[in-house]
Formats: sequence, C-alpha cells, structure tokens
Amino acid sequence: MTPAELAARLRGGDLTAAPAVLNLVETTTPEARAASAELLAALAPRELGREAPGHIIGITGPPGVGKSTLLSRLGAELRGRGRSVAILAVDPSSKRSGGSLLGDRARIDYDPADRGLFIRSTAAGERLGGLAPATRAAAGALAVAFDVVVIETVGVGQSETEVSDVADTVVVVIQPGSGDVLQFLKAGIMETPDVLVVTKADLGRVAQRAMADLHASLRSIGARDTRVIGVSSVAPVQGIDSLVEALDVHRAGLDLAARRVQARRAHALDDFVEECGARGLRALGGRRRAQRWLEDQDPDLEVPALLRGLEARAADPVPAPTPAPAPAS
Amino acid sequence: MTDSADPRLPERDRPWVMRTYAGHSDAKRSNELYRRNLAKGQTGLSIAFDLPTQTGYDPDHELARGEVGKVGVSVAHVGDMQQLVEAIPLDAMNTSMTINATAAWLLSLYIVAAERAHPPVEAAKLQGTTQNDILKEYLSRGTYAFPPGPSMRLIADTIAYTVIHVPRWNPINICSYHLQEAGATPVQEIAYAMSNAIAVLDAVRERLGDRAEELMSSVFGRISFFVNAGVRFIEEHAKLRTMSALWEELGRERYGVTDPKQLRFRYGVQVNSLGLTEAQPENNVYRIALEALAVTLGRDARARALQLPAWNEALGLPRPWDQQWSLRLQQILAYETDLLEYGDIFEGSKVMEGLVAELTAGARDEMARVAELGGAVEAVDYMKSALVESHRERWRRIETGELTVVGMNRFDTTEPSPLTADNDGGIMTVDPAVEAERRAALQEWKAARDDAVVTAALEALAVAANDPDANIMEASIAAARAGVTTGEWSQTLRDTFGEYRAPTGVGEAASAPGEDLAELRDEVERVSEALGRRIKFLVGKPGLDGHSNGAEQIAVRARDVGMDVVYEGIRLTPSQIAASAAQEGVHVVGLSILSGSHGELIPAVIAALREAGAGHVPVVCGGIIPESDAVALREAGVAAVYTPKDWNLNQMMSDIIELVAERNSVTA
Repeated sequence: MTPAELAARLRGGDLTAAPAVLNLVETTTPEARAASAELLAALAPRELGREAPGHIIGITGPPGVGKSTLLSRLGAELRGRGRSVAILAVDPSSKRSGGSLLGDRARIDYDPADRGLFIRSTAAGERLGGLAPATRAAAGALAVAFDVVVIETVGVGQSETEVSDVADTVVVVIQPGSGDVLQFLKAGIMETPDVLVVTKADLGRVAQRAMADLHASLRSIGARDTRVIGVSSVAPVQGIDSLVEALDVHRAGLDLAARRVQARRAHALDDFVEECGARGLRALGGRRRAQRWLEDQDPDLEVPALLRGLEARAADPVPAPTPAPAPAS
Repeated sequence: MTDSADPRLPERDRPWVMRTYAGHSDAKRSNELYRRNLAKGQTGLSIAFDLPTQTGYDPDHELARGEVGKVGVSVAHVGDMQQLVEAIPLDAMNTSMTINATAAWLLSLYIVAAERAHPPVEAAKLQGTTQNDILKEYLSRGTYAFPPGPSMRLIADTIAYTVIHVPRWNPINICSYHLQEAGATPVQEIAYAMSNAIAVLDAVRERLGDRAEELMSSVFGRISFFVNAGVRFIEEHAKLRTMSALWEELGRERYGVTDPKQLRFRYGVQVNSLGLTEAQPENNVYRIALEALAVTLGRDARARALQLPAWNEALGLPRPWDQQWSLRLQQILAYETDLLEYGDIFEGSKVMEGLVAELTAGARDEMARVAELGGAVEAVDYMKSALVESHRERWRRIETGELTVVGMNRFDTTEPSPLTADNDGGIMTVDPAVEAERRAALQEWKAARDDAVVTAALEALAVAANDPDANIMEASIAAARAGVTTGEWSQTLRDTFGEYRAPTGVGEAASAPGEDLAELRDEVERVSEALGRRIKFLVGKPGLDGHSNGAEQIAVRARDVGMDVVYEGIRLTPSQIAASAAQEGVHVVGLSILSGSHGELIPAVIAALREAGAGHVPVVCGGIIPESDAVALREAGVAAVYTPKDWNLNQMMSDIIELVAERNSVTA
C-alpha cells in the first residue's frame, strides 16, 4: 500500500488502516522513512484543513500503580460512549539484550471483533524519555481517524516529558502513598500534569488522604487547573466517568492548534538530537537557538519537514558562538 | 519409636490409597474406565475433568472448542455426575477430584449424585478430596475463573460447609505439586504451600466467626496437601519431613490445635511430570519408581495417597494400559517389597536431619518474605515471578549440561525403541465426535428441565453470591438438584465476581547473562536491522489449557535474545490471538498447547489470522504433539512443530530468527 493510499484511508476514517500505519512509521529502512514522511505530509494540517481531530491523551505513572487496568476501564468507557480508541502502550526495553516483553495488552480487556479499539505495544528501544521512536508520529497519524489516541508509558520524573510534548492532555497515575511523586512535583522535576489520577480509591480513607495531600501540593506550586480524580478499577468500579469528563473539559479548554504546533516542533528537535546528538545541537547554535528557529517556521509544517530543515541548517552551520572542533586526523 | 532389638513393626502397615488420575470424553466412558481400574486393585478414584468443566464452561461455549472431553471427563450437570459414579459404592469410595475454580459446584454435584444413588448415600458418609486450591492456579496451572477475593471466599465456604455437613471430606488439597512443575525449588515449594495454607486457614477462621474456636481444630485436621516428588529423591524425602514439622508447628502456634491426630501432615502425591522426557521415554519408568520412593520410604512422612504418571506422558495422553503399568509399580512397592514392615528408616539419620534443617531455615525465610508482602494472596505476583525465574534457571542448567537428564542432554545415543516404533509411542486419543455428542446431550438436558425451577435456582445463587454472609454451598446444592449446568453456575458467579487474568510473571523475570546468547543476539540485531524493525514475536496460548510454564520460558528467552515479545497469558480464543497479531504487526506467532487440542485450535488460529489480514505471518507451535499430528499441522500451514524433545530453547530461537529472515527475504 502506498503512503498516499494509507493517508486516504485514515482521512476517510478507516480504522483498519492502523496496523499498516504503525508498521510503516516503526520501520527505519531508508525507503520506509521516506514513505513515512510522505504519509505524515499527506496528513499535515494544511492537507487536512485543520489539526487532526482525535484527542491525544498521554497516561504515565510509576510501575505497579494500575495503569493498564485503568486503561482497560477507560477504553471500555470510551467505547461505551461510541468513541473509537487507539492505545499505544510503550514498555521499556532490556538494556542487556535490546529485547522486551510487552505485557500491557494482557491486562486490557478487548473484544477481537471490535474494530473501534486498536491496541499496539511498542518497546521504547534505546530512546530516553519514555516513548518509542515512532510513537509520536503514530499518535499524530492515528488522531486523524480515531476519536481518542491514548499513549501509555511507564515511569515518572523524566519519562512524562516526551509524553507532555506530544499529548493534548497529560494524565499522571499514582496510588495512595506515592510520596515521591509529591516530591517530584514540588521540586519541579516533574511537569505538572493536566489530570492526576489516584488509583485504588476502594482503599477508602487512605485514598481520601492521598487526594487531600495532592491538592495541598498542587496548591503550593500554584497548579490550580490540575484536576484530581480518584478511581477504582476493581469492582465496584468508580471514578472512570469523572475521568472522562475531566479529559473532555481539558480538551475543550485547550488551544489545540497551539499545542499541536508546539508538539511538532518539540518532536522534530528531539528526533534531531536523537540522530545528530550534542554535536548536531552545537552546530545549530544550541538548543535555545534551535527552538527559536523552529518558532519562525510555518506552523503547518509536519515533523519530517521540520527535521529536514534542522538537518540542513546543521550541515551548513550558522556562525557558532564557540569555534567548531578541529577535524580528527 | 521401634524397639531397638526388633526393627520390625508389630503389624505390617496398611498401604496408601492407590489412585490413577483418569477420565476422558463423557461420564459413561469414564465410569467404565473407573470400574475397570477398581477391578485391577486401585483403591481410590482420581477424577480428571476436562478443561471446560474445570474453568466453568458448558461444552457449547466458544472457549470450550477443541477441549471437550480432552484432558478429562466433561461434567455439565448432575445427570453427568450420576452417570460418572454409577454402580460405584460411594460410602466406601475415596474420591479425589482435581477441581478448583468450580470445586464448590462439582462437590455439590457429587453430594446430589450420592443422595440419588441406589441406595442413597448421605453426605456425612462421603470421603474424598476436592483440590480447591486457587492460588496455585494463579501461579501455575491456570484453571482459575474468579478474582482472588471471591475465590478465597468460595474456598472458605466449602471448608466451612463440609466441616459440619461432610465431615469426612477433605475440602481442600493445598497443592505444592504444581509449584514444582512451574519450576519451584524445594524451599519455594515448601514455603509457598505453607503460606498458601495460612491464607486459606485465616480466611476460614474469619468465615466461621463465632464458631471458629470450636471448629478450627477440625478444620486444620481436614486440610491435606498435594505434593510433588522429583527424581532427587533423598532431598525430596527431606522436603516432606520438613513440611510435616512446619505444619505441626503452624497448627500449634498459629491455630492453637493440640490434638496430635489433627496436627498430622496428610498428603497425597502425584510424582513429577516435569522431569519426564520425550527422548527415550522408557527411562521414565525408572524415574517414576525413584520418585515413588521419595514419598514412601520414610514412615514418618509417608504419603496417604499416591498416583503415578505414565511413562509416556511427555508424548500424549496415556492409555489405560500405560496407567495400569504405573499402578502395578505401586502394588509391587506396597505388597511385594518389605517397605511396610518397618518403622521409620531415617530416624537418627544425620544426612536427613541436616537436609531438614537446611530446608526448614530456607523455607522460614521465604515464608517471612511472603508474610511481609501481606500474605499469599497479596504475594501472587511476587511468587509467580520467583517461579518463572527458578524455571528459567533450571532450563539454563539443563542447556549448559550442569544438570544431567539422561537420554536428553547426556547419553543420548539410542537404539530404536520397540515401545514407540510401530505407532505414536502409544497414546490415547479422544474421539473427535465426543464434542458434538456432548453439545447435543446438553441441549437435550436443557430441553427436559423445568425452566422456572432453573431460573429460580440461579436467582437464589446470585443472591447468595452477592451476600458476603451467605455460604455458596446451600444455593449450589439446590442448583445442582434443579438441573443447572456447570456453565450456568459459573456464569452467575462471573456476573457477580468478575473475570480475572492472573499475572504472567514474565515481565519481572531476570534476563539471562549474555555469554551463550551473544551469537543469537547478533543475529536478531542483523535481521532486525534489515527488516527496519526489531523482530516482534507473539507467544500465544489458545484454548483453556493453563499450563503456561513452557510458553513463559519461551517468551523470556525470546526477549533475552533481543526480540520484542508480545505475551498475553492464557485462555485466548483464536480470534483474539489473530487480532493481536494483526494489530501488533508481529513477524511470527508461536502457539503453545499441552491439552491435546492442537488439532482443532492451531488450524483455527491460522484461519483467524487470514481473516484478520495477517495470513502472511508464519506460525510455529509447541506442545505435547504426536508425530502424526505434527505432520497434519505442517500440512495445514504450520511452519514448525516443537515437542518436549526440542528442549534446547536456543536452537528454537535460532530457527525462529531464520524463519523470519526467510519469510521477509532477508539474506543470510
């Protein structure tokens, strides 16, 4: 299937195109990269006439807090409301072997006959920041056809940085007693999420106290817009509907175009750093100069185009504040 | 104990209860088998139920496909149970039922079948055991249905009920058997079984409420164990002595039991299947004999009941003749040898004492760790990953030759075996027509019932399930009388309690040290590079078979050689596996089935893959698959078939990498 055909299927709302889209954007051969760039170009806002309409939600949190179970319930709730859902679950890779065990799928209930729910697990690979290399591109593409795209990653502290770059709405999931998360929030190690979910609300008083602590912490850093929701994924399930409402409220109040442009620029810069490293960044005159350059570009440009721009600029460096290192002999 | 002048007992001991784990197809055929076995000198029954019965599905359920009557008998209602025990004197019989998630139901069916027998047998006279141990199902065997909380309640209900109404029944068999099959070391087997028993006893104590004080001692006395015995038979015997001592201590200290009879550690055994080999399968006879010694040699820790596997279990389901051969071993041991003439032959043995001390210390540490995590129910994830880890280590030792398995990784040259030469190694096959017969019989049963009575019984069952103070047994027995089916009973409870998926344990398994994997990792890297995407491998377990140990080991090894592995655990329909394969964009699918339903399920997965648009993805499979079935599977499009003789996982990995390379035109 050509990239143009794939793009047409997504634009026509064909959800069955999802596996092929993922296979393409995940593939790193030069031909696949070119095809992938073509696909993203065909899905850029100037082609669509608007930003991709799907709601991109990032969900992150420490391991073992019940993210997958929450995701399973959230998926069911959204499907129950008639919305199509794509879940991109990212798991860490083994540093030793490069391989991974992708286990999230096992914890998500799904009906194989339901075309409206797509689940893809990906390994983060060597990339720091919690996201698999192709996840951002995939999220952007799937948001053309799916009503909701959920990105799930593990970890807290660093990994939600990339998620907050790509998602319209960032959800951090914690369980009662996660004191470290409060510390991270207060110290600014962690960016303030749009929605904080406290799982295991069935724990009653413990959960209540955890939520009160969170409210206090959020007030102390002046984050008044962050909603805090208590959920329980075990029977009797509670709080999932409030979570959906909080997500909807956040999305409705969002300047989507601004958020997406910012996301594309951050994505391009991250990909550039991934490919060209610190030396490449120096060739651009440093991160801040690179960001300023990106801010001057056409807001409708898709990521591969921005990346090409950055690469071209690095190859033909602007006079840098420090002299370039002498070539190795 | 014995007089030093005369080492003999004044009177020869009575032998243990001799059983054969048996059952297949339907109640009629199994009843015939049981009666033949009893005529051969077997002294108790051990009922094997098929997987739909064990997991609470009727023969016509989608998940039952390919599994009806396969690994045991299909029992869908009280009519089946009546036929199963027809003409067997239930007041004189000791019946062990390997049943867990649906134990309360099958026990109800048994009670009602007894009251309808000619002449009727009252519940107070029934003797036997329901396995009823759910934690080990989460850890190893996989025939769970409900989440941990409600499952523990069902167990407590059956115990609280039987201790009063069926006082000679062992309502639960705490199983360490399956833990060893899942890779447990002796220390882990002891510690997890004891922790599991504590969780159960604590739950019952709570359930009994005001009557706990009065009844707890009898409850403790009715708890029995189902233990494994491997071929390291000295250490295995020490393990049982350790368990006896720890059990007694637990009774005294935690539950205030003082009656020595009730403090006695009572256990039944099925000796090890894990160590039986497909290569030179005749050698398994010796292994089984040595393992039988482990549980019978010392009088102070001798088994109450014994069942032995057949020599050819690694090849397929054993035939009645194979099982007879194993029964004869028990009879020779009990009746021909002088084993039962003496007191405990290890009394005062320094070696035994030393081993027991070592195992006791190790088990105490591990029990403390489980207690710290909040007890066995809370520690399921921890125990599961510890088992996967131990199993991985065991395989590593076999592969490197540190652990000798004769005929498999050492002394593997062999003459052609006359035992397996002219057929498939002698295995039993279940008539494929059974499934359709069972479905038709179910329809007939349903048509003949009084629907109003059934509906009322199910409503009462739902009320009992929703009422935490009610005991599920009364409503279940009433439902059995009303003609409710196994699937209906289970669905009613599923509606109240919810479904459960146990942890897979693989995510937390440590990764293997790299030396011997370096070449495979390079090859995965090279092929992935050429593909542009890391090799992605879906490991799936279709059907109801919950024996996931093999699949887990393969998933872990595939990760360790560098693949991205999608593993979703057990009990998946072919269409679920196909949807996952398509959505995940995997390069290869590996299926594992040990229940003998490969002939139906694997072609069904291939068809479903085609339908899901992933028909190009190659499928390999593994399990207990006879050669003639393997031929048929390859003809149906399976790229490779692995059986227990393919114990070298690295070789399997190498094949899979090559398969992916070849199908995607990556040159060598």
